[in-house]
Amino acid sequence: MLEITNLSGGYGEKNIISDVSFRVEKGAMLGILGPNGSGKSTLMKLISGVLPANVGSVKISGRKIGDYPAKELAREMAVLPQLHVHAFSHTVRETVSLGRYPHQQGWFSSWSTEDEDAVVEAMRLMDILHYEKTQIDQLSGGEQQRVFVAQALAQNASILLLDEPTNHLDINHQKELLDTIKKQAIEKDLTVVSIFHDINLAAMYCDQLLLLDKGEVFQIGEPHEVIREQDIEAVYQTRVINHPHPELPKPQITLLPNVKRKTEINNIKAEDFSITAERVLYRSRVPLKTVSSAVVNPGSGWYRNFMNRHVDANYNVDDSVEEMKSYIEQKGIKSTDTIGMMTAVQTEHAIVKEYEGPFGTIIIAVTAGVGNGVDVSKAVERTMQVGTINTWIMVNGILSEEAFIQAMITATEAKTKALQHEQVLDPLTGTIATGTSTDSCLVAATQQGEQLPYAGPVTEVGKLIGLGVFECTVEGIKLYREAKRR
Amino acid sequence: MSKNLLAYIVSLLLLGGAIVLGVTIGTVTISPVVLWNPASDAAAANILWNIRMPRVVLAGLVGAALAIAGAAFQGLLKNPLADPYTLGVSSGASVGAVMTLFFGISLPFLGSFTLPVMSMAGALMTMFLVMGFAKLVDRSMKMETVILTGIIFSSFLGSLISLMIALTGEELRQIIGWLLGSVSMRGWPYVQMALPFIIIGSFVLWLNRRELNAMLFGEERAQHLGVDVKKRKLAILIGGSVLTGAAVAVSGTIGFVGLVVPHMTRLVWGSDHRHLLPLSFMNGAALLIVCDLAARTIISPTELPIGVITAFIGAPVFAFIFFRQRKGGTSNA
Repeated sequence: MLEITNLSGGYGEKNIISDVSFRVEKGAMLGILGPNGSGKSTLMKLISGVLPANVGSVKISGRKIGDYPAKELAREMAVLPQLHVHAFSHTVRETVSLGRYPHQQGWFSSWSTEDEDAVVEAMRLMDILHYEKTQIDQLSGGEQQRVFVAQALAQNASILLLDEPTNHLDINHQKELLDTIKKQAIEKDLTVVSIFHDINLAAMYCDQLLLLDKGEVFQIGEPHEVIREQDIEAVYQTRVINHPHPELPKPQITLLPNVKRKTEINNIKAEDFSITAERVLYRSRVPLKTVSSAVVNPGSGWYRNFMNRHVDANYNVDDSVEEMKSYIEQKGIKSTDTIGMMTAVQTEHAIVKEYEGPFGTIIIAVTAGVGNGVDVSKAVERTMQVGTINTWIMVNGILSEEAFIQAMITATEAKTKALQHEQVLDPLTGTIATGTSTDSCLVAATQQGEQLPYAGPVTEVGKLIGLGVFECTVEGIKLYREAKRR
Repeated sequence: MSKNLLAYIVSLLLLGGAIVLGVTIGTVTISPVVLWNPASDAAAANILWNIRMPRVVLAGLVGAALAIAGAAFQGLLKNPLADPYTLGVSSGASVGAVMTLFFGISLPFLGSFTLPVMSMAGALMTMFLVMGFAKLVDRSMKMETVILTGIIFSSFLGSLISLMIALTGEELRQIIGWLLGSVSMRGWPYVQMALPFIIIGSFVLWLNRRELNAMLFGEERAQHLGVDVKKRKLAILIGGSVLTGAAVAVSGTIGFVGLVVPHMTRLVWGSDHRHLLPLSFMNGAALLIVCDLAARTIISPTELPIGVITAFIGAPVFAFIFFRQRKGGTSNA
């Protein structure tokens, strides 16, 4: 357990660090964040005792570090500083073996099996056993870094202080190294304090974060308390956006570059939609921010190409995503830049309409096939069939995250209303259908022009979406029925 | 492990060979048989044991002392160009020795040990001055800064010595000969004078072999690893100065041994101080015995000062190390 109380100090009289206090329990990992020159490394040196504290104290298990003899302190606390250049070279094994220095006693060599085991184990953990006999200066920066981490691990100390441990490492080794340290922390009850350059890595691995600014604690707490847009922006003087990690309950940030790329003004127009018997295709000159339930590239992202492809009603391919991708590529379009949907409906019956509001225009594109209507409130297990209502809403404006969701809701409500209006029935239950079993929806926005923070039915854009989707869907159903009759 | 064993065997063989050559070759060639059978040739045995052997042993001790001190200084300063000579420590020791001779100083209770003790004091003082000044100039103590500081101090101390020599007027040749370094005509008393200090100094350095390994990664890193840096650094500086002082007191300034030997040893056997220190000790002894042999035989009957031979080998090696460091430095950065 490491306890820092009112710590102030620096080089000489001048305090670089002032009044820092925190406590890290056994098995926990604290990340220190802060911009260049915020005093991270100085704080580390104060904690490790390389620099004396002017005020305050650093205690390990209740005992001040100044009261520990050098060797005993090294048995309690292992430090990994930033990489250094050396005039002479040791082999990897010799370097890692130095980690056992604090455990060596007496005038003569006292290399025990415990020492040997600790060295081999540390090399194994850092995956450097195969370099054992290599001279350290012949290794790459990343490999050297792992050797020094192994040296620190070989100390078998209960506290690990790390100064940017992932320096020089590629992403795979960054992950491996932090996984190992985290695992060691949990298994061996280590206390870990580490400086991080990368805010996202710190948020992922640390239990607690400390945000340092001009030598003072700006914020300390769990990652969600520290990784806040306004705090990060204030300390790092840069614009960031906070978003959740896709798989872990940890906050992450994304940088927002200030360099404005020269973006073309892009205005989506209904006449730019190309409609053939094979597909509906819209190609935008700039990427549109998109949220969709498409076959190819579903979810959210930025895409230039939007395709709704006609397939036979009996279309049955094992890997429809791959098949659709290769179809897109065959057309000379990059599948990674394309949203791809499928429908059994004749695509030349697609309804594409433009609606104008005070903020700008929206375009609604619908292909409707209702042969497979479903009343969702009475849904039972059904076999999946292609035969679908695909709805696209494309907005010339800037939609917020919540506006995307509201646009989806509004569109779905309008679609359901259209089905009711057209008296589309669920053939199984005989009640009015709310959709078909494989409907897809897409909302895309240019993110240029006016800010549209909301898209519910009371907003201008919401009103247009409701009206447009209703009209287009009704029209689409009518065309579909006519075609069926013929 | 087998590599280390081989290192010691090879070094011992070299040393043994050097000793045998050193005592048998000369104006009169003596059969090695005399070594273990003095009765076979009494006159030869007399030359061997009273003239050649003390000379060889003294050369060996001086070489060993300078080499192990050089190895320790290099490790401590992480500077491959550091040795007692390039750091100016030898000059400091010379000033101590010349002052003792010049003023006829004899410290109470020390008797004949006055000379080595004054030499050591001169060495130690110079060491601290050079370190202090280099640190003032450049906190990071870059290789070039330290060596330049050594040269500045060497030149200054050299001028002090010249002044004292000029003032003595007499025995000029002898003092200059001594300054250039020589182990000739010293005899067993000189061996006795130097031996205890060389044993103590070497032992102090050997006790710090693991610390020297740790300090190769920098003092801060060494502290992280649990080395009591202040204490250990002082011990190493004192140990190295004692060795330099003892060597200079008996043989004058012999340059570059402390540079060449650790460098070669490191190149062949690695830079682990646990072995580097004892191996440098043995190889330094062997090298200086051979150099002394060359000094007295190359233009026989005239003897060259041994320092001329070591500088002849050492200066190019110095240039080579400097070149390699600089080249390596730019490509690694």
